Amino acid sequence: MSNRQKRRAPKGVLGRLIRTIFQFYPVMLPIALVCILINAVVSSIPSIFMQNIILVVEEHWQSGDWAAASADVFRLVGLLVIFYIISLAAGVAFQQLMAIITQGSLAKMRKKMFNGMQKLPIKYFDTHNHGDVMSYYTNDIDTLRQMISQSLPQMLSSGIIILTVFSIMMYYSIWMTLIVLLGVVCMTFIVRKVGGGSAKYFVRQQEALGKTEGYIEEMMNGQKVVKVFCHEEAAERDFDKINDALFADSEKAHRYANTLMPILNNVGYVLYVVVALVGGWLLLSGAPNLSLSGQAFGISIVVSFLNMTKQFTGNISQVSNQLNAIIMGLAGTKRIFDLIDEKPETDDGYVTLVNVKEGANGELIECEERTNVWAWKHPHSDGTLTYTRLAGDVRFFDVDFAYEEGKTVLHDISLYAKPGQKIAFVGSTGAGKTTITNLINRFYDIADGKIRYDGININKIKKADLRRSLGIVLQDTNLFTGTVMDNIRYGRLDACDEECIAAAQLAGAHDFITRLPQGYQTELSGNGASLSQGQRQLLAIARAAVADPPVMILDEATSSIDTRTEAIVQQGMDALMTGRTVFVIAHRLSTVQNSNAIMVLDHGRIIERGTHEELLALKGTYYQLYTGVLELD
Amino acid sequence: MVKTLAKSIREFKKPSILTPILVSFEVVLECIIPFLIANLVNEIKAGCEMQVIVRYGVVLVILAGLSLFFGERAGSACATASCGFARNLRRDMFYKIQEYSFENIDRFSVPSLVTRLTTDVTNVQQAYMMIIRTAIRSPLMLIFSFAMAFIMGGKMAWIFVVVIPILGVGLALVIRKTIPIFRRVFKKYDALNNSIQENIRGMRVVKSYVREDYEQQKFGKAADNVCADFTRAERILAFNGPLMQFCMYTVMIFTLSFGSYTVITSHGLDLDVGQMSALLTYSFQILSSLMMLSMVFVMITMAGESAERIVEVLGEESTLHSPEKNALKTVKDGSVDFDNVSFKYSRTAELMSLSNVDLHIRSGEVIGVIGGTGSSKSSLVQLIPRLYDATEGTVRVGGVDVRDYDLETLRDQVAVVLQKNVLFSGTIKDNLRWGNPNATDAEMEEACRLAQADEFIRQFPDGYDTWIEQGGTNVSGGQKQRLCIARALLKKPKILILDDSTSAVDTRTDALIRKGFREFIPETTKIIIAQRISSVQDADRIIVMNSGKIEDIGTHQELLERNAIYREVYTSQNRIGEGNEQ
Repeated sequence: MSNRQKRRAPKGVLGRLIRTIFQFYPVMLPIALVCILINAVVSSIPSIFMQNIILVVEEHWQSGDWAAASADVFRLVGLLVIFYIISLAAGVAFQQLMAIITQGSLAKMRKKMFNGMQKLPIKYFDTHNHGDVMSYYTNDIDTLRQMISQSLPQMLSSGIIILTVFSIMMYYSIWMTLIVLLGVVCMTFIVRKVGGGSAKYFVRQQEALGKTEGYIEEMMNGQKVVKVFCHEEAAERDFDKINDALFADSEKAHRYANTLMPILNNVGYVLYVVVALVGGWLLLSGAPNLSLSGQAFGISIVVSFLNMTKQFTGNISQVSNQLNAIIMGLAGTKRIFDLIDEKPETDDGYVTLVNVKEGANGELIECEERTNVWAWKHPHSDGTLTYTRLAGDVRFFDVDFAYEEGKTVLHDISLYAKPGQKIAFVGSTGAGKTTITNLINRFYDIADGKIRYDGININKIKKADLRRSLGIVLQDTNLFTGTVMDNIRYGRLDACDEECIAAAQLAGAHDFITRLPQGYQTELSGNGASLSQGQRQLLAIARAAVADPPVMILDEATSSIDTRTEAIVQQGMDALMTGRTVFVIAHRLSTVQNSNAIMVLDHGRIIERGTHEELLALKGTYYQLYTGVLELD
Repeated sequence: MVKTLAKSIREFKKPSILTPILVSFEVVLECIIPFLIANLVNEIKAGCEMQVIVRYGVVLVILAGLSLFFGERAGSACATASCGFARNLRRDMFYKIQEYSFENIDRFSVPSLVTRLTTDVTNVQQAYMMIIRTAIRSPLMLIFSFAMAFIMGGKMAWIFVVVIPILGVGLALVIRKTIPIFRRVFKKYDALNNSIQENIRGMRVVKSYVREDYEQQKFGKAADNVCADFTRAERILAFNGPLMQFCMYTVMIFTLSFGSYTVITSHGLDLDVGQMSALLTYSFQILSSLMMLSMVFVMITMAGESAERIVEVLGEESTLHSPEKNALKTVKDGSVDFDNVSFKYSRTAELMSLSNVDLHIRSGEVIGVIGGTGSSKSSLVQLIPRLYDATEGTVRVGGVDVRDYDLETLRDQVAVVLQKNVLFSGTIKDNLRWGNPNATDAEMEEACRLAQADEFIRQFPDGYDTWIEQGGTNVSGGQKQRLCIARALLKKPKILILDDSTSAVDTRTDALIRKGFREFIPETTKIIIAQRISSVQDADRIIVMNSGKIEDIGTHQELLERNAIYREVYTSQNRIGEGNEQ
């Protein structure tokens, strides 16, 4: 039952894959297919010519009269040459086309996946293992390549040859065809038995491999701890167990796979013998022939049947050999399609952010050029347009939020931040600090309540414009491969070098950047592995500074950097904050004291709010955090 | 290289040798069968008796049975040999890495070690399978078929002498053209995948800066670039098939035309019809085995780099060993002495990480260590359990040079809680038992109470049996640090070193941990590296480190009075400190 479902499920995938490739190459693919067809048909026909040439030779060899035979021989050889040329031309054409189609389709597929992925909501990345997503691009794409470039054309060509040969067989003799078919059923049975076993163990091998890789990764990461605890022998013992299990499964998988071909080949030989025996018996017994051509049974039919049997079984072996690749390929393709089909982030916003300049009466006039004055362009249902100056006023009204339905993590959050104010969130792990910032830029949508930005409900604002008006410095710094300059410019792509340098100076990053080997042109890779934690943070601050948004969200880093670097980072943060509305998620209380308001969160509720002095006087949770009685973060 | 790798074959030598032998038998049979079939066809054509066909049939079925037997055996042996070889390679590498010192580990990065143990082994396994099976099979097939072609076809077989070089040269050209492209494009392909990984990890940044379109463009360009190179290589490679077909067709046309001429003019004496068709069969076998050979060659070349990377791991010798004989198995007490010690991480480094350190710690003393990033605080303490060896000078524990101890004894008595610490997937108990495999529940709880971990562990629904995810991602930073301390305490060490191990723990709990140390393990020497002054200010003595040197040693009060660096750190932290006194 489950087995049948498994067999059925990929069928839809196969159809969709073919349709997709057809959409990519509406002209090339049909041409390639026609070429495969020609190549396959033409390569199954020459056996007939060969038979005819041999007949001619047989007729004349005793007389030794070459002159009489040569005309026939050359005519047939000439025809054969023509067929061969067609076959070669078709062969070259389809191989070249398939090379282009395979690689092109892979590239288009990759782009489709990547572009689709850019539109997915943050929730997808929060709920999916990054390694798993990565393997769609590596492992699954690899199996797809194997399938498009080899398995599918091979299957197609073998299928056509099998059909052609089958028709020719029926043309000559139906009885003999039935014998061959019987043999084929036999072979199919073997393929299902052996091939099925092989597929089963290949899946197991894949699982065992995953487990081994997981263990290796964990141990390599913890290798220093292993040394410190003299745990080497125990680690070796555990590894042996996992490694041996992998060996057992992969040995079985390969054993099945390796023996499939010899079995099929030799069963093919046996079938050959059976055909010879049956043919001989039919010849000698003089049984009546049943055929589409109505030909009587003769020696030449038996001989051509022997050749055709060989072609037939050879191609069936070819098909079965591709079976594993196809099963694995379809599973991979399904995962790829699943990623493409993933529901993108929705955006019903219609309020956009535009550049404006002030008119004579102080009214705002939209303009194309960059004026550094921004306004929300708000079309109303009655067809009128209003412009609201971008100021950075953010208000929460009774906001509730749940990552999963039924598990509310934020309750009744109400707060306001006027332009230029600094609001800090403190509280222990899981209190909901980071969640609040996820809501302002709409990484997640609130369940109940309202958030207004400059008086506009943020659900009405286009997400891209909302996010453009917000800057964010995350706890874990992510840098991209490229130069230091590229990384800073990521904040605003049209920023010139001077602006980027100015932003770095503001953030306090300029000093260390100039000391790098190539200064701003130093190449970074591996998330800026060559830089220290503090330096990476300074770059992230510079990146936010060059974007110059009116509202900033700062998530302080938790990991310990030394006191001096921390002071520099803090200066950078402070410089970035001036003149903006700022939300700070604090992991150290030293940074929040000058906030306009501090919100103490606990289990998704604001339990205390006020200025530093007010909260200390309250002698509540904030006071306990401050005096180190409670653990922060 | 081959020699080092071959050492890992071991118990799989038998199947490794058996495979080529079995394959040879299989090949011989596969060459005889078409020969017999050609004869059978001739017999049938000549209108033979039924019993001749039956006789041929019986022989053929027996041969097919034998060939099947050998083929199946060869396939199995090959599977055992190649998978076993891979298993041994992984095992040998893993064992070797267990011997590595910290210095060795630093030299290879963790991701590179993981790739070597996984992808590289898989590549070598594939190549090995090819070598013992296909690489034997193809040349044998070539030689046998060639010989058979001469036996059967006589002079006609000379056509192969013409065609084989053509195909050979053609294949060699294709390989020579494609391999460099493949090498280059695989690097680009890696870079492409790296950028995807970066994008996935940095998705929050991408989305906050609304850079989806920019990322798409960037990726599109890179993907097109990779695609162009791959297509170029694949298109050259795609000439293999037609090239083979061309040679095949040439042989056929030659055989059919010139063969017909020979048969007819010589009245079937030089060549008969049966021989002619057998020639055609062998031509296919000869040419396809040549083609297989070229593929094997490509595979082996590609796996060569993987093999090199594996050999690097196997060939790396540990830079640290237990003394060969008379290794000390006991540590007298927890005293530590540095006598004029200098140290650098790599022999080629120009600057010393530690220079001329003299330091004497009495057994049972509490020592704090303070200093900025790069001041070599960690380097200093890592010399004590001999995680690294001092470049100059001697480090002594219990009055004895650390190099005279058995490594396991030394590291059991000197417990370090590393700065970059990890928990392993398993229950809390599993993790704690790293400190002492035979620890009782009571002992574990005691250690956890001391590390202030007992309380939060009990709050978990599964208590001490709570499952810890890989990398300890399901406990908070502070909880993780406390578990790591408890794990080290279970060793009951004479010296306990905490390398910035309470940075995520709140100050009160931090104080409780230190109080517990004082009360319950007073004889243990404690060395505490910290960023927070509060973590060290009640230590017996505090070491101030500055760029690889001991700047000053003294009590909190003494240092406050006389040491500028210490005072600076203290004041900068006391913006908070003031609040504590309120």
